[in-house]
Amino acid sequence: MNLWRKLACVILVVVVCASVAANWLAPAGYARQYREATNAAPSRSHWLGTDEIGRDRFARVLYGTRISLLLAPAAALLSTLMAALIGGLAGYLGGVWARLAMAITDLFLSLPWLFLLITARALMPLNVSPLVSVLVTFLLLGLLGWTTAARVLCTTAGALRSADFVRQARAAGVPGQRLFWIHVMPNLKPVLYAQFWISIPVFILSEANLGILGLGVAEPMPSWGSLLKELEGLVSLGDEPWKFVPLILLVLVVMSFQLLLSRHDEVAA
Amino acid sequence: MKGRESMRPQMARTYGKALANIVMCLGFLTAQVAAQAGGELNFCLRTEPKTFDPLKVEDESSAAIRYLTGGVLVRVNRQTQELEPELAQSWKVSKDGRQITFRLRTGLSFSDGTPFSAGDVAYTVQQLMDPALHSATGDAFRSAAGNVETKVISPTQISIAFPAPVAGLDRLFDQVAILSERSTKKEMAVLGPFMLADYKPGATVLLKRNPNYWKTDEQGRKLPYLDSIRLDIQANRDVEMLRFKRGELDLINSLDSEYFDKLAATSPQLVHDAGPSLDSEQLWFNEVAKAPIPAYKKSWFRSANFRRAISEAINRDDLSRVIFHGHAQPAVGPFSPANKFWFNGKLKPRTYSPDAALKALQSDGFRLENGALKDKDGNEVVFSIITNAGSKTRERMAVLIQEDLQKIGIHVNVVTLDFPSLIARMTQSFDYEAIILGLTNVDLDPNGEMNVWLSSSENHQWNPQQKTPETAWEAEIDRLMRAQAASTDPKRRKEAFDRVQEIAVEQEPFIFLINKNALSAVSMTVHGAAPVILSPQTFWNADRLTVAKK
Amino acid sequence: MRIRIAGHALALVATVLLGGLLSATLVRLAPGFDVDEQELDPHLSAESVHALRAARRQENNIFHFYLSYMNRAAHGDLGTSLALGQPVRSLLRDRAPLTLRLLIFGLGLAWVAALTMALTAAWLKFAAYDLVTTLVSGTFLCIPAAVLALLSVLWNVPGSMAIALIVFPRIYRFTHNLLAKSYSLPHIITARAKGLGEARILFWHVVPGVAPQLLAVAGVSVSIAVGAAIPVEALCGLAGVGQLAWQAALARDLPLLINITILVTLVTLLANSGADVIGHMVRGGQES
Repeated sequence: MNLWRKLACVILVVVVCASVAANWLAPAGYARQYREATNAAPSRSHWLGTDEIGRDRFARVLYGTRISLLLAPAAALLSTLMAALIGGLAGYLGGVWARLAMAITDLFLSLPWLFLLITARALMPLNVSPLVSVLVTFLLLGLLGWTTAARVLCTTAGALRSADFVRQARAAGVPGQRLFWIHVMPNLKPVLYAQFWISIPVFILSEANLGILGLGVAEPMPSWGSLLKELEGLVSLGDEPWKFVPLILLVLVVMSFQLLLSRHDEVAA
Repeated sequence: MKGRESMRPQMARTYGKALANIVMCLGFLTAQVAAQAGGELNFCLRTEPKTFDPLKVEDESSAAIRYLTGGVLVRVNRQTQELEPELAQSWKVSKDGRQITFRLRTGLSFSDGTPFSAGDVAYTVQQLMDPALHSATGDAFRSAAGNVETKVISPTQISIAFPAPVAGLDRLFDQVAILSERSTKKEMAVLGPFMLADYKPGATVLLKRNPNYWKTDEQGRKLPYLDSIRLDIQANRDVEMLRFKRGELDLINSLDSEYFDKLAATSPQLVHDAGPSLDSEQLWFNEVAKAPIPAYKKSWFRSANFRRAISEAINRDDLSRVIFHGHAQPAVGPFSPANKFWFNGKLKPRTYSPDAALKALQSDGFRLENGALKDKDGNEVVFSIITNAGSKTRERMAVLIQEDLQKIGIHVNVVTLDFPSLIARMTQSFDYEAIILGLTNVDLDPNGEMNVWLSSSENHQWNPQQKTPETAWEAEIDRLMRAQAASTDPKRRKEAFDRVQEIAVEQEPFIFLINKNALSAVSMTVHGAAPVILSPQTFWNADRLTVAKK
Repeated sequence: MRIRIAGHALALVATVLLGGLLSATLVRLAPGFDVDEQELDPHLSAESVHALRAARRQENNIFHFYLSYMNRAAHGDLGTSLALGQPVRSLLRDRAPLTLRLLIFGLGLAWVAALTMALTAAWLKFAAYDLVTTLVSGTFLCIPAAVLALLSVLWNVPGSMAIALIVFPRIYRFTHNLLAKSYSLPHIITARAKGLGEARILFWHVVPGVAPQLLAVAGVSVSIAVGAAIPVEALCGLAGVGQLAWQAALARDLPLLINITILVTLVTLLANSGADVIGHMVRGGQES
């Protein structure tokens, strides 16, 4: 394993361990409000300062990591698998199946899913636990986020259908199912890895935006997305650079995922 | 010799002072003349104006345009809060409060040159009171069923008769912009200082000086001083602030407290805190009998003791300090102290005391068990507070209240919803437990809140559309509100509304949280601005504002 | 051939109409459909509040509404916006050019940036360069779209730049991975072993091989850009269709939402179908 991948591993392990050990590492609970010290700059008692209602930002970053680091990759995995099944299978089967799948994909890309999410919120009780709310949010994101990659996978799988090695395997009597899973799917990995890698930060950010609909992580629980929303207060960011820490952390984690995944980019046919 | 010598320094001082005064006056006049040479005022509207028809105005942006373009018979001076003549030279309200007679100014014209007369006033009132219009402005006059009669006594005199007394009748005409009966331009022909010149949907509204505006200043110069006003449609407050700091905007009519402090730190001369506004933020519980919430929760929310305890457990000082950075006051009751005449000065703010709150709850059978509050049947006290997403202050208030109530063992779930979903829960399904929302008061007169306090009304938020009042105190409020609406004696009306405020504070159907201050920002290029608490805070005297050339 | 084209056109039209119907259904079923903010105005009488609610409930039967909408649309009447009180047709006509300009320039910039970085990375095969480009694209992927939009206001750059910065990291990753994968194919390894120049290998053998997939990415990038246009226009105060879509969504403005969805579906279908057709042509050319 080269140096960069080792570094990526270390970063991910450190971040995961820090989030698991948040109860011990955090100077205070994520909900505790230091009302005399709101919007405070970093200090010995608050390493990353406090937010607008006096909550320790370092504690919120640590606890927020649990939600975002666990659920965003899970949702990304779900969307990638769905893209693989729908796009990859449709492209491999070709013909009317491909056309139907792509028409459905195009519809999915165009519809205002905002209203489905609003309806989902309405169906949930108001007193639902924050954990259920955030699980539902990421599940919905995973179920709706497959469309971009599905199109590309369909085209890629369609091209592979007529590749020499596939024709040879078919001629040799390899069953269709085996052909798809053992020979075609591995060649879709570049697109699948791209989809997975892009989805992680996109879902983290989308979770925060879904707060406007009552979905996502409920107060006072933190998430990276809600911490990143602080960046929208551009007017003051120049004086408060510590607000960039969640962004830097997210970039580091996303880069680490990419470095670990990049080992598998090239696949022998 | 000695006398002459001692005179010299004194004369020098006198001449010096005179010279300084002359220089100052010249400088002032020069600035005024330079500033009065036209110029364009530039600020933002937060939303797209929904209409340019002054009779159908419902939203803040349309109201701003109506204020700037509409000519009204009388105007509430936003600074003194007194009623002043405008298109009407004088007026008289009958003793029974059912009739008002206006004597109009002569020789005035609409912006397109059409002459103004009593016929235009009659036409406007008839349009306004058309039941099919369903306008908030018209409904404000509707104290009872029946027709409104207009009588044109002469081209400069008109009498308007209502089927029942209308409380504060004359002040209501501040919102009625007069339309031309004869002009082909319909609502585009105006009597106000500015007229609509251009509208790019989603982008800008451009108003230009009305060449036929009737007002002049004390020196006889025609008003308005400004050539034009450009209103950019900009919902995002960060962007508005950025543009103001860059000098692209001349004023911010309503400034958030966090931006106020940031701007005050670098440019204190640009920001203005006019003191407590008329607006309030409140929390209320769902007391609707048919609400789809558990019966035990309904019994909590319908208990005045429970509501008072919750009120006592909320630290309003922290809300003002932490969320509004000190630019707010703990609210006392339905009206803000800024409403000088109508505010009940005897009311005291509820003091923050979690211990007293807990005691009050314990008297109702609640008890603390392992840090969690339970009612007499063992149900844990857990409820949700919903508020509209996009309002950072309300979201933060909900989080602070969540923390305050946690101290007495109450677990609160904070849910932010988009506004239509929130309204649907509030007015249709009644599927909510507690809400934080605000009331934007444009009226000083309590009659403007009739539909909030009457138990049968749609806007009686905590328990609307009651066929008969479900509690004795709501029946009493109904009686008092009707009594003050039917009276023309300000003293008797005040007594009745004072009692309404007392009942509201005793029973806490609304837990009034804070009254925000009226904050604004005005660029140094603008002269004549004097921000006030009544809307529109900064451009209430737009016809007298000037903008120095940039 | 003509029958095939007619079939494709019919499928396109059917999908567009289905999109409109599904969109209307989603909007109708979502809570808050038949409420109006104006109801909360305490000055309104009970009759006025009831009248407001009744006006909203006219669209209760979604099939009936959609059929009458299609009937009117066939005559050029796209309905009237509930929130803005203006004809939908004139709203779209006035705003579409701005959005179109934003999308064209934004997508153009995004593709130029993504392709330049991806092709250079594939050509140079320099690990440090790969790392830097991944870092750059990863950083922009992690910045909220709202922040990018606000930065474009702060730095006085056009909104199309914000759209480009939102779209390019997504395109880059797919493009980079497809190109990288292509280099592992046997015929490329053979070409390199036989001493063919890197530039020739890249532009004559690698790129044409992944052209259909790149075209598919191009097709979906249009949808990504359309989605990005909404926060960018809303935050930058640009009076385009994206801003209109956001206002319509918040106000549950059914006439406007149906038309915007149909427009977006049409654009998406045309972009993706176009990509498919060109991809088929390229693949057909290669196979022959």
